[in-house]
Amino acid sequence: MSQESAEHAEHIVSYKTLVGVWVALLVLTVITVAITRAELGALKVWSALAVASVKSALVIAVFMHMKYEARLFRIILLVALVTLATFIGFTFFDVLYR
Amino acid sequence: MSSAESRQPVAEGFWGDTGKTGLGSWIFSTDHKRIGLLYLYSVTGFFLVGVILGLLIRIELMAPGKTIVDAQTYNALFTVHGVVMIFLFIIPGIPASFGNLVMPIQIGARDVAFPRLNLFSWWLYAIGALVVLTSLFTGGGAPDTGWTFYVPFSARTGTNVSLAVFGVFILGFSSILTGVNFVTTIHRLRADGMNWGRLPLFTWSLYATAWVQILATPIIAITLVLVIAERVLGAGLFDPGRGGDPIMFQHLFWIYSHPAVYIMILPAMGVISDIIPVFSRKPIFGYKMIAASSIGIAAAGSLVWGHHMYTSGMSDTAIMVFSFLTFIVAIPSAIKVFNWVSTLYKGSISLEAPMLFALSFVLLFSIGGLSGLILGAAATDIHVHDTHFVVGHFHYVMFGGTGFAFFAAAHYWLPKFFGRRYKEKPAIVGWAFMFVGFNVLYWTMQVLGMHGMPRRYYDYLPEFAPLNFVATVGSWILATGLVIVLVNLVKGLKSGEPVGENPWGGATLEWQIATPPPTENFEGDPVVTHGPYDFKGVVKP
Repeated sequence: MSQESAEHAEHIVSYKTLVGVWVALLVLTVITVAITRAELGALKVWSALAVASVKSALVIAVFMHMKYEARLFRIILLVALVTLATFIGFTFFDVLYR
Repeated sequence: MSSAESRQPVAEGFWGDTGKTGLGSWIFSTDHKRIGLLYLYSVTGFFLVGVILGLLIRIELMAPGKTIVDAQTYNALFTVHGVVMIFLFIIPGIPASFGNLVMPIQIGARDVAFPRLNLFSWWLYAIGALVVLTSLFTGGGAPDTGWTFYVPFSARTGTNVSLAVFGVFILGFSSILTGVNFVTTIHRLRADGMNWGRLPLFTWSLYATAWVQILATPIIAITLVLVIAERVLGAGLFDPGRGGDPIMFQHLFWIYSHPAVYIMILPAMGVISDIIPVFSRKPIFGYKMIAASSIGIAAAGSLVWGHHMYTSGMSDTAIMVFSFLTFIVAIPSAIKVFNWVSTLYKGSISLEAPMLFALSFVLLFSIGGLSGLILGAAATDIHVHDTHFVVGHFHYVMFGGTGFAFFAAAHYWLPKFFGRRYKEKPAIVGWAFMFVGFNVLYWTMQVLGMHGMPRRYYDYLPEFAPLNFVATVGSWILATGLVIVLVNLVKGLKSGEPVGENPWGGATLEWQIATPPPTENFEGDPVVTHGPYDFKGVVKP
């Protein structure tokens, strides 16, 4: 099965990619700090969450090798993320309308 | 059975074939069967502790005013009863004990995917249990918050809440690791021919349960850490005076703790799905729908936590959404019940102990499920919220459901692993006592709740006295049944009549191997050629 072979194939991420992601994470951190000081109103939380999502996506995809893993693992990760998003989203049925 | 009677089953199979004996061969074993039995002994021990606490609560409530303990002790009694029963018995009860014992064999594997992690899970369970027990006798005394640890009270009470929630935090990791192990095992270690359509329904239910364990348990772990932060650091997360939100605690708590009731009930449903066809001598009705409904319950059940919070001050929008979703969960649950009943239809039914426990599960779970709809509907819930109706309801589901399924599984599977069986007559007498006592106790509680008797109150109005007395008598009948059943089981498994490979005439893989199973389970690699409920050619001795 292709799934098996993909699992056992070792993938070495180049230094160039790793440094690129590291720089991107630093830039995004600066943006997070900047957002806390900007006057964005209700958008402030959403912007901060958006930046955080991009950062964690980079870490998961490159540093944690999810980009190079078998499809099954990516599906499992997606299930976890969708579940978490749903939990947070459903809590807002209360928080937004209280 | 005649061929089996001549052999000595004890000290055979996994009990003796490794040549290792002594305590170390158990608490450091990576054999899924030994770990399953370790869990079984531990959870049964805590179940008995919980039962004694429950009996004490009932004695205290037998008459208004003080009966045997003071109010503070009473608060500690129901808190510890809840914590022990939920976290130390029902959550690990069926999946960790019978799941470990049976699931790898059912899929044709030699062990779980991560045997050492499996052992580590049990150790975490043991350490977590020790921490919880320590919290009862140290610091400010046993927690008095109720098993839900609601803020702001849990953040302020002087009792030993921090240590107790830390214990529960550790227990959560034990549960997560079992979930990870089971998902991996079921995906990776199925034998040749054991495709998803041939998976026994017990294994299907464990698969659905494992997902809930993985996805929901981390949330309670984080929430409990937040409670500790609130108590130790004064973080103010749930304190409105400092921008916190006490209702947020309830959301976080129930995001896990409602799916947790599905961690408790799904494996029980799997047990019933495996037992009913064997004792009806018929393939299960609607295999695919039962398997799919396990996943359906796990998914839909994760989105209904708000129905615990209708009176909390949550928004009306949320109340309507959660009420609607709660009714959705009734659909997959009803699919299971209808399919079990359809399996019985025109079956060749034999009423032995496992079947009696399984059939009472169907009835008691249905009563509990229907009373759950009264609580799921926002309008009626306001009336019975925090009354004995709720206590009666969840005991119908958790004890009448999961508890009875636990005993069904014990009577059905344990002879396979011990090589000896219990006596049928005392088992049936014990079951009858349990069934009658159960209904006298919890039906009465539901009626009391409808009349307005609040839960967790130490004292009550004189008009509730007669029914409270009846409920307490019910608890004694139930306890009598429990003692008969347990004594008969232990005696039978220790020195009862030997059993052969397949005493019930089951068609799943665990009945095709030696009794008790050898450490490696199978002599060669098994090849599966038929479904789990295909009884053609299977002879019941």
